[in-house]
Amino acid sequence: MIKAILVFNNHGKPRLIRFYQYFPEDMQQQIIRETFHLVSKRDDNVCNFLEGGSLIGGSDYKLIYRHYATLYFVFCVDSSESELGILDLIQVFVETLDKCFENVCELDLIFHMDKVHYILQEVVMGGMVLETNMNEIVGQVENQSRLEKSEGGLSGAPARAVSAVKNMNLPEIPRNINIGDINIKVPNLSPFV
Amino acid sequence: MSDVVEKTLTALPSLLSLDSQPGAGKLSITSKLGSLIKNITELTSKHEESKLIKKELSTIKEQISSPHTTLRQMKEIMVRMIYCEMLGYDTSFGYIHAIKLAQQGSLLEKRVGYLAVSLFLNENHELLLLLVNTVLKDLQSTNLVEVCMALTIASQIFPKDMIPAVLPLVEEKLQHSKEIIRRKAVLALYKFYLIAPNQVQHIHDKFRKALCDRDPGVMISSLQIYQQMIKDCPDGYKDLTGSFVAILKQVVGGKLPVDFNYHSVPAPWLQIQLLRILALLGKDDQSASELMYDVLDESLRRAEINHNITYAILFECVKTVYTIHPKSDLLQKAAKCIGKFVLSHKINLKYLGLKALTYVVQQDPNLALQHQMTIIQCLDHPDPIIKRETLELLYRITNGQNVTVIVEKMLAFLWQSKDEYTTIDLVGKVAELAEKYAPDNEWFVKTMNTVFSLGGDVMQPDIPNNFLRLLAEGFENEIEDKQLRLFAVESYLSLLDKENCNFPQRFLQVISWVLGEYSYLKTDTHPEIVAERLQKLLDQSTISQETKSWIMAAITKLASDSVCSSTVTEIAEKHSVCLDTVQRQHAFEMKALLDDRELMKQILPKDASCEDIEVDISLSFLDEFVANALDRGAAPYKPPHQRQQELSQAKALNFEPYGLSLPISASSYSIAGRQSPTGLSLSSGLSGNSAEMTQKKGSNSLKLEGVKKVWGKEGYLPQSETAQEVNHPSASCPDVEATTMEKLVENASVQSDLLPVALNVKDQEKQQLASSLFVGIGSHDTLSLMGKSENNAQRFRKRSKLKEYSKETERLSRDEFSLQSPPQNLLDNANFSESSENLNGLGTLFTSKFSKKADSTTLDCDKMSKQEMLTVPTKGSSLLFTSDDMVVVKPSHSPAEISFLPSSNQYFSLPAELSQQAHSEVVQLAYNDFLSLSACKIYQKDCLLLVVFITSYSSTPITHIELCFPQSKLKVFNSAAHHFHSLEAKSTVNCQSCLLMEEPCAQLDLVGNLTYHLESEEISELEFSLTLTLLDFVRPLIISTDDYGKLWLSFANDVKQNLNLLSNAKDPLTATLNVLKDNLCLHIVDIIGKESIIACQLLPSIPCLMHCRVHSGMLAVWLRSPSPDFIDCLLYHCQRILQEK
Repeated sequence: MIKAILVFNNHGKPRLIRFYQYFPEDMQQQIIRETFHLVSKRDDNVCNFLEGGSLIGGSDYKLIYRHYATLYFVFCVDSSESELGILDLIQVFVETLDKCFENVCELDLIFHMDKVHYILQEVVMGGMVLETNMNEIVGQVENQSRLEKSEGGLSGAPARAVSAVKNMNLPEIPRNINIGDINIKVPNLSPFV
Repeated sequence: MSDVVEKTLTALPSLLSLDSQPGAGKLSITSKLGSLIKNITELTSKHEESKLIKKELSTIKEQISSPHTTLRQMKEIMVRMIYCEMLGYDTSFGYIHAIKLAQQGSLLEKRVGYLAVSLFLNENHELLLLLVNTVLKDLQSTNLVEVCMALTIASQIFPKDMIPAVLPLVEEKLQHSKEIIRRKAVLALYKFYLIAPNQVQHIHDKFRKALCDRDPGVMISSLQIYQQMIKDCPDGYKDLTGSFVAILKQVVGGKLPVDFNYHSVPAPWLQIQLLRILALLGKDDQSASELMYDVLDESLRRAEINHNITYAILFECVKTVYTIHPKSDLLQKAAKCIGKFVLSHKINLKYLGLKALTYVVQQDPNLALQHQMTIIQCLDHPDPIIKRETLELLYRITNGQNVTVIVEKMLAFLWQSKDEYTTIDLVGKVAELAEKYAPDNEWFVKTMNTVFSLGGDVMQPDIPNNFLRLLAEGFENEIEDKQLRLFAVESYLSLLDKENCNFPQRFLQVISWVLGEYSYLKTDTHPEIVAERLQKLLDQSTISQETKSWIMAAITKLASDSVCSSTVTEIAEKHSVCLDTVQRQHAFEMKALLDDRELMKQILPKDASCEDIEVDISLSFLDEFVANALDRGAAPYKPPHQRQQELSQAKALNFEPYGLSLPISASSYSIAGRQSPTGLSLSSGLSGNSAEMTQKKGSNSLKLEGVKKVWGKEGYLPQSETAQEVNHPSASCPDVEATTMEKLVENASVQSDLLPVALNVKDQEKQQLASSLFVGIGSHDTLSLMGKSENNAQRFRKRSKLKEYSKETERLSRDEFSLQSPPQNLLDNANFSESSENLNGLGTLFTSKFSKKADSTTLDCDKMSKQEMLTVPTKGSSLLFTSDDMVVVKPSHSPAEISFLPSSNQYFSLPAELSQQAHSEVVQLAYNDFLSLSACKIYQKDCLLLVVFITSYSSTPITHIELCFPQSKLKVFNSAAHHFHSLEAKSTVNCQSCLLMEEPCAQLDLVGNLTYHLESEEISELEFSLTLTLLDFVRPLIISTDDYGKLWLSFANDVKQNLNLLSNAKDPLTATLNVLKDNLCLHIVDIIGKESIIACQLLPSIPCLMHCRVHSGMLAVWLRSPSPDFIDCLLYHCQRILQEK
């Protein structure tokens, strides 16, 4: 089971928070803070797993995270999930975001918080992995946004506005979330027999 | 980042002005969310942020309650609320509107409404009830999206008691034509299974259908359920092994559509899941394992692309190979894979490699030897997570020879680590290793000192307790014990010498106890000096009250040793005016004892912390006083829970109307006994009120937790000194420390010969470290290579206990194995050992008795006995008693149905007053060559009384028998442990414990262990378990129809469910009710036409009322109780019983 999914930026500002196990509000904020504290002090060349935060349940729980440009994606899972499997699930989630938002960046997550939640709902449902196939997820999300188009007159405007903003010529446009390391290469390994 | 956002946002209004139409009552919402975000990013302090958000929230509050706000605007407001909530601000005022939006909105608004609800509410929130109808409506909708949303929300936040409402509709969705709906339904049902397994019991067949669904996606979802169910009960799904293997074969063989590929690996997550399921199924099951060898081999072979996800599959594969019944060929391949993980430069893979090594190292220590250099490198890895994982691995391979090096590494890590969780975990491990493998006293005490100062007050409390007990009880050798104690005293005195020492409270408590108890061993230091040191501590402001009590007690003990001590008198004087009552009490006691030297010597004897002082625990000297008081009209004593009940009833505003005050008869208390309240206070913790302190003082100074219980029902059970001298020579202990260094050098040279590469000095250091770390593991040839022979210096008793225990279990398993042959062979087998002959005798005795009884008690044997058979899982007994012969007298309380056990039973005769009560048959729990344990459940009015018979087969007396129930879910009265000084050859003793369930659950295992001494003075241990079901704790609730009516309305939880009716009987309702009544111990209050009301209670006092009605061939039951769990479990048993019929 996945217990919580946290996305925050390099300064610890929450961008997407989804708990699948109930924690009181102040506890949630503490978990976010502590997780950020744990994750942010780790270099990029250490492993992506963290064990046994005392906040969420102790030894049975693991934090599995990935760091993309300005954002940390942290999944808190119990021992019934495979570590590397979740690591790739994060990748799938981010790639899906990238596809749905066309070059996703932190701004998309801020302004389309609801949409990000809908996408997440198609990947993880109530703490259980629902779908790992990116095309399938995108298909479901598109089905829903078709609805939006048919219904949304005014509500379509903000999206247009933001995409216009994104294409403006800002001197320091936020970098796109880097999803370059899709292929984890292990150069010094001979292929398995 | 923030300035980028800022720039973006300043640009926003101009863009939005195209769209936004000012006036016309429309709000440009995006600009509102936008400006909110903008404003927040501009802020510099948390304080300003909270001010801004508060302002924002008050605007939202205004808008939300305005009747002119349209649903569309509401939708935008919700998004803003979600944003505020994410930042940690309370928006509870708007929750109700989120529910409203989900209820009334069109599709898009509904979606936001549901999202908000799922983010805002939790499963215990009271507003959730308002959502049920909306969800029901949407589940029935023809619109796919609405159904999806409803399923999602149901799986996310629905609590136990709301599941029955939606369950039928969700179940129906398993047949839906759209695969996405079927998948979501399967997952929702999985969630329901996790929350309330009993409620989805009836749809297990449908899960099978989902497993065979034509769409692979649905199948994948259903695997999650199976993984959980197989984990809960692996034996129930062995028949599916073939299917899972077939699925995995097809997946690995690429039979799935290409859509399922991820980086050209076919459905990797599915493979991972299947491998995990196979591991669960193949564990300890050779035949199931054989089915999977092929496909595992194939998986190992196919996973050859260097991608993250293939490693994920490989890792699972390796774990599965090592979990199932071993096959050497596969193990070799898996070991090779582990090597690739460990040697990988990818740090994630290295981490997993270490994890895998930790997992397999007990089976195959050689693997750790192969990778020793990598492990050494990992110890110095910059990533603390890798380091910790390495330590975990080292912890698993620790033995008597490498313990110093490993513990040193662990402590070094602990010094750096600041994480509380890591500290607690590692400190516990270090303490365990030190106790098990300590090479000498000095090292042990020093290590424990570090543990105490590092672990501080966060460590597990049993670490200091165990340490003190180890010191107090001593080991095999009296001289060694003295040395250890003396060393501890010396080291603590030198620690206290230091100025400004700031030790954790727990450490100070340990120090003061040891100094109080053993400083007399240090003859060259006057007790006066020790007392002064302690006094200095006492004056420190940082010392907690609890620690002060420990110190005071230590000083009192010191005082008993010295003839006249001015320091002690001074302390007593000073603290007798102290404001803290506990300390004052101590001071006064100290004063009183100083005046009466004789008494002091008596109650504070030297080196006798393990011996017990006789105390009149029943306080019989007060009997006269009590009688007088009663004569004068005082109220009789009531136990606390009765008082509480009465108190709750007397309350003006009764918030707990559900607790029944049941008449507690005097006879029922004859078991609990007078001594129980005082017995409780004896075992309670150290700090407490003054009354408790006196109590403790009376018994002994500073009793430690976990000290053996010596008070049984009959009063004082004589116990010989635990720390008695042991004559037999302890194994000679070669000085490991001294020889280690030489050997290390040898080892290093041997090692370096093995490696073709020339080593520089640094590498040699590492080699040296490696040889000291990995000494003593692996097979014997490796050992001889290392130039060391296994040495088993048995220093600490704990260690020897462990060894004994493993021997014991080994023997037990051998016995079990031989017993697994059919019983008739067993009878014929002439060579069979004495013990099994005994058992056979026992078995035949039982059988004959049973057949005799079968005639007289025909009323209720067949079903019940089968059920009881199921609940007694002990292998030996189920083989010895064939189910047909076994009669179980079931719990029933109408006097006519009470059955008696034949009193001629020479083996297990129940005490006369107990054999009059309803009880079960005596079943065997466990046995070995020397002892047999049997138990009988007595269904008493207010508890379940468990009578345990201990029978000796040994020809010599068995001594120091101790029976414990280390329980968590069961409340054990009287005492959780029984102790017998000795048991004569071929005789039986019994002991009784009252049991109550702490929380209702369908069934649970009572686990216990029996330790005893044989002639050889070795401690042996015998473990046993007994399955208790809820029904053991259910009693009829005898009430009138009127009372029933009153109670019915006062219970909060209710559940309705349809049960099977025994339709072939003449009067189906009565027949069904009678079956339920007989099996479940219910009280039928009334039957009117097609309806009936029933009442029962779970001990001590959780009532449950049932209302039954015959409705279209089913029995519609409606249950109400203060405890939802009780209803659940009771329903589960009802269903099961009726299904069996």
